[in-house]
Amino acid sequence: MTDTPLAIAGREFRSRLLVGTGKYPSNDVMVRAHEASGAELITVAVRRVNISDRSKDSLLDHIDTSKYSLLPNTAGCYTAEDAIRTARLGREAGLSNWVKLEVIGDERTLFPDNEALIAATRELVRDGFVVLPYTNDDPVACRKLEEAGAAAVMPLGAPIGSGLGIQNPNNIEIIREAAGVPVIVDAGVGTASDAAFAMELGVDGVLMNTAIAEASDPPAMAEAMCLAVQSGRLAYLAGRIPKKRYASASSPLEGVVGR
Amino acid sequence: MTITLNGEPFELDAPMNVTQLLEHLDIDPRRVAVEHNLIVLKRPAFDSTEVNAGDQIEIVNFVGGGTR
Repeated sequence: MTDTPLAIAGREFRSRLLVGTGKYPSNDVMVRAHEASGAELITVAVRRVNISDRSKDSLLDHIDTSKYSLLPNTAGCYTAEDAIRTARLGREAGLSNWVKLEVIGDERTLFPDNEALIAATRELVRDGFVVLPYTNDDPVACRKLEEAGAAAVMPLGAPIGSGLGIQNPNNIEIIREAAGVPVIVDAGVGTASDAAFAMELGVDGVLMNTAIAEASDPPAMAEAMCLAVQSGRLAYLAGRIPKKRYASASSPLEGVVGR
Repeated sequence: MTITLNGEPFELDAPMNVTQLLEHLDIDPRRVAVEHNLIVLKRPAFDSTEVNAGDQIEIVNFVGGGTR
């Protein structure tokens, strides 16, 4: 079965899996996991250079930017101003106007501050950015982000790093039905079935970091996620059967021996 | 003279441009972004932007990160 590629802001991607670069046990493991994931878009964080200790090598020594596109994030920002500032720094560091926009509203859950997120989206779109905001699984917030010019909306499946899987599939489906831009489930995936399930809901892609980086074998989990995203996508396109309360025999009822 | 570099006081012998500052700090300019007094600099401006006493400089790069 042929599928159309994932298209965000006019750019096409063969892979519907987006991955991160945080929490890996080593750069070598990260490189192998990225390869196994098949991902083309990779998120990175923007942080101050350590002035006193220049010994650590750069993350960019371990990402082949001819193969992968970088998606700088504004993780750790709690105000629209900080997120906008970080996005602008990320644009100069990476020479790309794409940003995964995060404005966090609560330290414990890392849930977004939607009011600030929408304001930051509007400002960055005005400044020429392709904005991919991380948001709640809230259809109204997603609609407002789209109206503010977001190139995609990225509702969470569950809290960041929780591995709980998709907590509100009903909302994710409602978001997908209403959205005029790609919907990418961002955060909350724990294992391959979570990623497949997200894709079966009809979303356009899945973004994850911890589920791969903190697995016992990150490259193997990355491969599992790659297959799960493909599998879930194919199942969505194939059209699942409706759920029924009772059994429905698959074998003919006529000609049963002894009846 | 003293500047504020990534939030900390930092001593420089004399005013210099941003390219020279990065060289002084042994930082590859292709790998970083620089903010000068809250203005994010385009790379071509590294040569023409003078760093003077009291200036606030932020130098950032990419580090591992996912969804937080």
